Amino acid sequence: MSVIYILLSLSIIVAVIFFAAFIWAVKNGQYDDSYTPSVRMLFEDELIKEKPKQSKLTNQD
Amino acid sequence: MESSTCFHCGDPSGSSVIFFDDKSFCCQGCKTVYEIFSDNDLTCYYDMQAAPGTTPKDIQGKYDFLTQPNIIEKLVEFDDGTSQIATLYIPQIHCSSCIWILENLNKLNHNISLSQVDFGKKTVRLQFNSQNYSLKEAVILLSSIGYEPYISLEDFSTGKNHVNRSLIYKLGIAGFAFGNVMFLSFPEYFEVGEFWLDQYKHFFRWLMFAFSLPVVFYSSQDYFISAYKGLRAKILNIDVPIALGIIVLFLRSTVDIIFDYGSGFFDSLTGLLFFLLLGKFFQQKTYSFLSFERDYKSYFPIAITKVAKNGEEQPIQVYDIKKGDRLLIRNEELIPVDGILIKGKAKIDYSFVSGESDAVSKNSGDKLFAGGKQTSGSIEMEALKSVEQSYLTQLWSNDVFNKVKEDGFTTLTNLISKRFTIIVLSIAFISTTFWLFADPSKALNVFTSVLIIACPCAIALAAPFTLGNMLRIFGRHKFYLKNATVIEQLAAINTIIFDKTGTITSNKKSTATYEGASLSPSEAILLKNTLRGSNHPLSRTLYELLDENDIITLDEFEEHLGQGIEGVHQHDSIKIGSANFVGKTNDLAVLNTSVHISSNNTYKGKYTFYNSYRKGLSQLFNKLKIQYDLAILSGDNEGELENLKKLLPARTKLLFNQKPDDKLEYIKYHQSEGAKVLMIGDGLNDAGALAQSNVGIALSENVNVFSPACDAILDADKLNNLSDFMKLSKSAIKIVKWSFVLSLMYNVIGVSFAVTGHLEPVIAAILMPLSSISVVAFTTIATNWASRKLR
Repeated sequence: MSVIYILLSLSIIVAVIFFAAFIWAVKNGQYDDSYTPSVRMLFEDELIKEKPKQSKLTNQD
Repeated sequence: MESSTCFHCGDPSGSSVIFFDDKSFCCQGCKTVYEIFSDNDLTCYYDMQAAPGTTPKDIQGKYDFLTQPNIIEKLVEFDDGTSQIATLYIPQIHCSSCIWILENLNKLNHNISLSQVDFGKKTVRLQFNSQNYSLKEAVILLSSIGYEPYISLEDFSTGKNHVNRSLIYKLGIAGFAFGNVMFLSFPEYFEVGEFWLDQYKHFFRWLMFAFSLPVVFYSSQDYFISAYKGLRAKILNIDVPIALGIIVLFLRSTVDIIFDYGSGFFDSLTGLLFFLLLGKFFQQKTYSFLSFERDYKSYFPIAITKVAKNGEEQPIQVYDIKKGDRLLIRNEELIPVDGILIKGKAKIDYSFVSGESDAVSKNSGDKLFAGGKQTSGSIEMEALKSVEQSYLTQLWSNDVFNKVKEDGFTTLTNLISKRFTIIVLSIAFISTTFWLFADPSKALNVFTSVLIIACPCAIALAAPFTLGNMLRIFGRHKFYLKNATVIEQLAAINTIIFDKTGTITSNKKSTATYEGASLSPSEAILLKNTLRGSNHPLSRTLYELLDENDIITLDEFEEHLGQGIEGVHQHDSIKIGSANFVGKTNDLAVLNTSVHISSNNTYKGKYTFYNSYRKGLSQLFNKLKIQYDLAILSGDNEGELENLKKLLPARTKLLFNQKPDDKLEYIKYHQSEGAKVLMIGDGLNDAGALAQSNVGIALSENVNVFSPACDAILDADKLNNLSDFMKLSKSAIKIVKWSFVLSLMYNVIGVSFAVTGHLEPVIAAILMPLSSISVVAFTTIATNWASRKLR
């Protein structure tokens, strides 16, 4: 038994894992909307920034 | 003050500016939205984009139908008793602030557990606790912050639509197999007779065979199906030689490795499929925020208020409306069926239907047609017909809407593939016959080699990449095509027909001329200030057209619905409105809309409104008349005939008083005489003509709003570019033809290897990707170069 069979089967297993990950991602709709996530990932910072603003809001009519 | 803009929506605040929290707002609605956001710490909505908002509309009672279980059931996609998920279409979504606020809805109401925006489709997916909260409350919350969802009859009938992702799977599998097969076949390209390679090459070859199985049996499915369909219809389409090539590649390679003749062509096989599917994927550019398949269902409301005999109001599903039902139509609601006005003053805006922007007044007893929008107060009407039988909706029962346009059209690729297949097959047979006599052992080898190397991968890629790239270029210039075939059809057009109202005239601006006794300065001031108080569309238009004047406060102001307005300042009074209203009785029947004016009860004169034509229209027509027959079909009367004659080239045909059916028949008639017709329209009344024409373009002031079913949507500002678009579609066809020549050259080289019996797998593996890549590079560069002048 040569080591090349082990190496080959290992490399194919790794390839198949990535392939399965791809199928799984498509199935979950990752490729359905390719725009919104690119905007969404930039939002986190603003949420923290707004906290001190709270005090500015005073008058209500 | 005129110059300040609203902090929330960015519109000019105008005269009625409201100051709040050091910011100016154009109306109470915008201010309320700001208050909601600031109360909930959501003001960073305004940090991301200046003035991102939309003014919320009055929706009192409009969504009462959302309490009905059968309607909720259709709109909700998941319901487990405690929580519900619904996807709502919100046309107002336009910037990152919109995404941010809609995904933070749970800050406004904690019952909403999840909200996710799909920016491309302009939808928001809501998950909420259905025990404490309802869909109706969610919709009202969205409306209150200016994001009113659009719920139409279409949502009711289509149900859940299924996303088809099979092309991505097929492409992914082909790519995966291609990469792996390349690795495994690489050693054998160069190292022939090496000890270790000889030891393991059989194992490598069977691994490649295994990788190619899903490619042949799954990824290439579409080509086999299409080739089979083509053969059954006795058409040699491009998929026939491709399918043949795939089968031969697979069988020959399998035989090769079984009998140890060679390493087979698995690398070329998987590569071929990968490139072909890539081309398909590229061509499949869709504008998910646009719909090209709309019929009346996407305009019509899902439910309307019915008034029962005992006066009780209840929401009723639109399909359930029966003849004789009494319906309540609120302000801004659409009339779903033909009927008779019973109560209230109707002011119906038929712009959805005809493109005509002026609202029409109706009195009780008048007939109302489905598709109109009530614009002042609420009315009651009695239904005369059901939805499907109404005047407007009947148009959709015409056969033209059931035909698929592409069916009758032979694409350039299929045209060439017919000759190509015959030539390739004859070369294969002739060379095989030759080798049968010269060296019979090589005959089968040569036969399969010819079919393998002649597999028209590059030809099949030429059109998808050229047209797909052109489609994107058009899209960047706000001309959105349904699919790439439309470009080929555009190039074949020889007749262009325009709708008038809303297409060559603009909806927003009109011009007016004054006839009669001139007005004194004080009368002019009074006129302008009286108009200022009125919300009637004609008053607004006239107000915008008149010169600036001082603002004075009127002592008295009264609006008589459907007749006119009256204003008093000190000793002067003014009446503006219909001829009867201002006391002029002997008015001749005129075709154009006019507004009459009397001052202190003496008749002064009238403003007559004319359509204002889009800028650059004459130039466009003069450019187009060289190559195309031009015609204008209008649903209106002949009031504009003289104006149009002056504006347009002499040979342009002008037809007036055309009903929706007439337009369709007119196009049909010209097509029977061999014309290839391009129809450009905008309203629902053009829907039949757009469907009948070879290419139907819907012109739209705002592409996010609605347009009837069509092949392409063109932004109204870009109408002047039409002649450039037509020219470009012709150059696209030229580019496709040149890439055919280019790929045929590769085929000649490849076939010369094949017929002499020298086709090694490595040559096929080099030639196939090389031809594909050079064709793709050529088409991309050529299309970009051709469109460089487009602005």
